[in-house]
Amino acid sequence: MTIGLVGEPIEVESILQETSAADCGALISFIGTVRNHHHGRRVLRLEYTAYEPMAEREMQSIANTLRDRWPVRAVSMVHRLGVLEIGEASILIALSLAHRKEGFEALRYAIDRFKARVPIWKKEVYRDGASEWVEGS
Amino acid sequence: MQVEILLFASLRERVGRAEVSLEVPESLTVGELLSPLAREIPSLEGRLGQVRVAVDREFSDPADRVPAGVEIALIPPVSGGWQGRVR
Repeated sequence: MTIGLVGEPIEVESILQETSAADCGALISFIGTVRNHHHGRRVLRLEYTAYEPMAEREMQSIANTLRDRWPVRAVSMVHRLGVLEIGEASILIALSLAHRKEGFEALRYAIDRFKARVPIWKKEVYRDGASEWVEGS
Repeated sequence: MQVEILLFASLRERVGRAEVSLEVPESLTVGELLSPLAREIPSLEGRLGQVRVAVDREFSDPADRVPAGVEIALIPPVSGGWQGRVR
């Protein structure tokens, strides 16, 4: 189980591996990727920064809630910081559970909660050379 | 008492610093922090409307008192994760 921030490409395979459980039939995951456009503008790359100690705390809190409210066996949640190119993974959330049904609900909660609470910000760099901090998403 | 306030993202870029200091009364609440801050740092004027305040790495309530020695941070609307929608 890995919960936290990383400064280099997310190791998706190994994180999924460590999140899966031999007695669980479902390993449900979400990967968020960097898209090449936003509000009609062409994006070249993104830069993510965070209030790191609080971000980690909020991520742990989300993981705790997932385990309290749903029959989740293991949770992994990783967000990457720094400069990311188009197509790269910015976030991975993975859950293992006995069955898939509650897993989708739990994942949806994790995503929505993450977006509302975790103090991470992205700056977009556009093709025309301008860059902008995205406020809310 | 003096408080240290951490800045991030657009606010950090705008002010050009990661941290600012402010002299405030002992009995100040979180909600009462923003006006004196904008007066002290004019580049923050008009930019604090959507900011949340974290005290010791937790989101606070405007009515919370600010004790001495805590870590205060201004949190502009967050944009972590990714840009798409989960369908």
